[in-house]
Amino acid sequence: MAKYDYVPSPFMSNPIVKWVDHRLPIFEMVDQQLIKYPAPRNLNYWWNFGSLAGVMLVVMILSGIFLAMNYQPNTLAAFDSVERIMRDVNYGWLLRYMHMNGASMFFVVVYIHIARGMYYGSYKAPREILWWLGLLIFLAMMATAFMGYVLPWGQMSFWGATVITNLFSALPLVGKSIVTWLWGGFSVDNPTLNRFFALHYLLPFVIAGLVMLHLWALHVHGSNNPLGIDAKGPQDKIPFHPYYTVKDAFGLSVFLIVYAYFVFFNPYVLGDADNWIPANPMVTPPHIVPEWYFLPFYAILRAVPDKLGGVLLMFGAIAILFVLPWLDTSRVRSGRFRPAFRVFFWVFIVVTITLGWCGAQLPEGIPLILGQVCTVLYFAHFLVFLPLLGWFERPRPLPASIAEPVLTPAAK
Amino acid sequence: MRSFKLLLAGAALVLSLGTAQASEAPEFPRQHWSHDGFFGTFDRAALQRGYQVYKEVCSACHSMKQMRFRNLAGIGLDEAQIKALAAEFETTDGPNDDGEMFQRPSRPSDRFRSPFSNDNAARAANGGALPPDLSLIAKNRKGGQDYVYALLTGYADAPQGVTVPEGMHFNKVFPGHLIAMNQPIQPDAVTYADGTKASVEQMAKDVTTFLAFTASPHLEARNSLGVKVMLFLFVLTGLLYAAKRKIWKGLH
Ligand code: HEC
Ligand code: HEM
Repeated sequence: MAKYDYVPSPFMSNPIVKWVDHRLPIFEMVDQQLIKYPAPRNLNYWWNFGSLAGVMLVVMILSGIFLAMNYQPNTLAAFDSVERIMRDVNYGWLLRYMHMNGASMFFVVVYIHIARGMYYGSYKAPREILWWLGLLIFLAMMATAFMGYVLPWGQMSFWGATVITNLFSALPLVGKSIVTWLWGGFSVDNPTLNRFFALHYLLPFVIAGLVMLHLWALHVHGSNNPLGIDAKGPQDKIPFHPYYTVKDAFGLSVFLIVYAYFVFFNPYVLGDADNWIPANPMVTPPHIVPEWYFLPFYAILRAVPDKLGGVLLMFGAIAILFVLPWLDTSRVRSGRFRPAFRVFFWVFIVVTITLGWCGAQLPEGIPLILGQVCTVLYFAHFLVFLPLLGWFERPRPLPASIAEPVLTPAAK
Repeated sequence: MRSFKLLLAGAALVLSLGTAQASEAPEFPRQHWSHDGFFGTFDRAALQRGYQVYKEVCSACHSMKQMRFRNLAGIGLDEAQIKALAAEFETTDGPNDDGEMFQRPSRPSDRFRSPFSNDNAARAANGGALPPDLSLIAKNRKGGQDYVYALLTGYADAPQGVTVPEGMHFNKVFPGHLIAMNQPIQPDAVTYADGTKASVEQMAKDVTTFLAFTASPHLEARNSLGVKVMLFLFVLTGLLYAAKRKIWKGLH
């Protein structure tokens, strides 16, 4: 199984461990894939965000299960049941704020994780399937968060669900029927809330399964690294434990400070005030906005005057990431050696953040025009800049090995 | 350098989120609240005065469905006081053995009594406008508690050229400026037991403090646990940083 020179850890010779492993080699797997697992010696802190995402998934599942024990998926009871969690369940406010702000933290972490992959070319051969699995996780996360946001049955829950499910009505012929089917009726109502709760409970476990596949694919060729070159030999790698366990633990602790700040001292700032008003189908809020993590895509949706066009473009904005490994024609992985790519990468980041800003504004005047310009730039990055860069850019020379620049600082 | 750039990008993100909110510019000043900040706690005296204002003024029109009498422990009332206070109100209970609903004095576990039996009755009594439930009002309006305070103190004569329809009132901060609620707090509307002068500002401040409490009754528990968690995390982070330095030293 191990493709490297595997020297078992001392605990592997314990008789109980041996007895178990002879029947189910679970200790061997932990030892090979987690403890002795060879990782590039030069991973920087941007490589922390994968394990952080894993931690957030666990936090979301645990806090979610305890919330579900007190939550009632019924339009008449949902809002009050969440208030009851906040007011009467022991530490219910803590569970709820961990879950609510945890979703935001999860997205922050995953967005940084994705940006890391884009900068260092981690999607390139032989890691295309690893990249796809990551994108599937991202899609499942978006579906989970969208349905979760409906559960507290506040004004934004209801109206957000109405607006987003209505998008499907733009599809020709089948659109209207699909929307009725999604709702389980003729408007967002009790059947919708019920099924969203069922799916919201299910999808995180689907994500957990995808994460397993993601890690499996990762461990076939190992992590990419800031230099983007393959490891040449054992001198380029170090065992995961203790080097990366301690580095990940340190990063996690810093991250938890940020997370705890929001949970304890600013739990409302990332959400919308309107969601503390119980859902009311008769009163439309003046300004329906999704959660911040959907805003760039919302801006793309609204940049197109035509509803169907907007929907297609919005889904296209994510779909295009699936073919990124082939749109990027450069053979050099890491942005560190691609002077022109680097500029375009940062432009892309600014464009995406600007789209997020536009998504929060009313779609008129400057935000609308800015949103349209940025939508064009977003797609141009993938369809024009990246393909051309591979041809026109002259990458800087790559180091001979990972160990070389690390061990001789002068070469840096 | 590279990390620095990403930090910048992060800062830009935070800023853009910030301006996204700021662009819906609150035209009202922020007040000083004793329950703001990392170590914030509610001013118990203000909470009790605020409850008095709610009880004697606002509760004529506004419900507070999330609140039960026992929650008043949070404003500093003891069990006996809460029992006595609850008993001043009636709660509909039943059905009894004869199948009839009946009225009985409220218990600490009962909810605050709503002034109207349903929304339509509330509208009918208020010229068609619905007085919203106040339980969460301090966090379900943009601007939160500062907005509520500004609203209560924001009644003024309409500027020239603005016609105020029958049953409407001009308010400086209400969206659209025309609100169906007449200025609810008139000078000396209540007589405070502790002798505090019942000016409009004072009553507005007190009742808003009370509304901030009903919206986040766990605020003090949240702050005090938060401070402990933060201290723990700071120490842990320091230790892990030292451990990381030590373990990685052998490598470079
Ligand atoms: C005579 C009935 C009445 C009384 C008494 C009353 N209100 Fe109101 N209140 C209303 C009505 C009606 C509305 C709805 C106004 C509208 O939508 O135009 C309202 C709306 C409000 C709002 C919501 C404004 C918004 O942004 O939508 C707040 C906050 C409020 N009242 C606070 C209070 C407070 C605090 C008190 C006690 C000091 C109080 N009210 C006393 C009738 C009343
Ligand atoms: C990928 C992981 C998850 C994400 C991203 C996520 C996201 C969300 C979001 C955004 C909300 C709305 C929070 C709010 O504004 O109040 C929510 C609510 C909720 N979620 Fe999750 N969730 C996840 C996992 C789970 C799991 C595994 C469960 C249950 C087993 C669960 C149960 C609930 C319940 C009961 C609510 C309603 C209570 C509330 O609104 O606070 N969640 N979720």
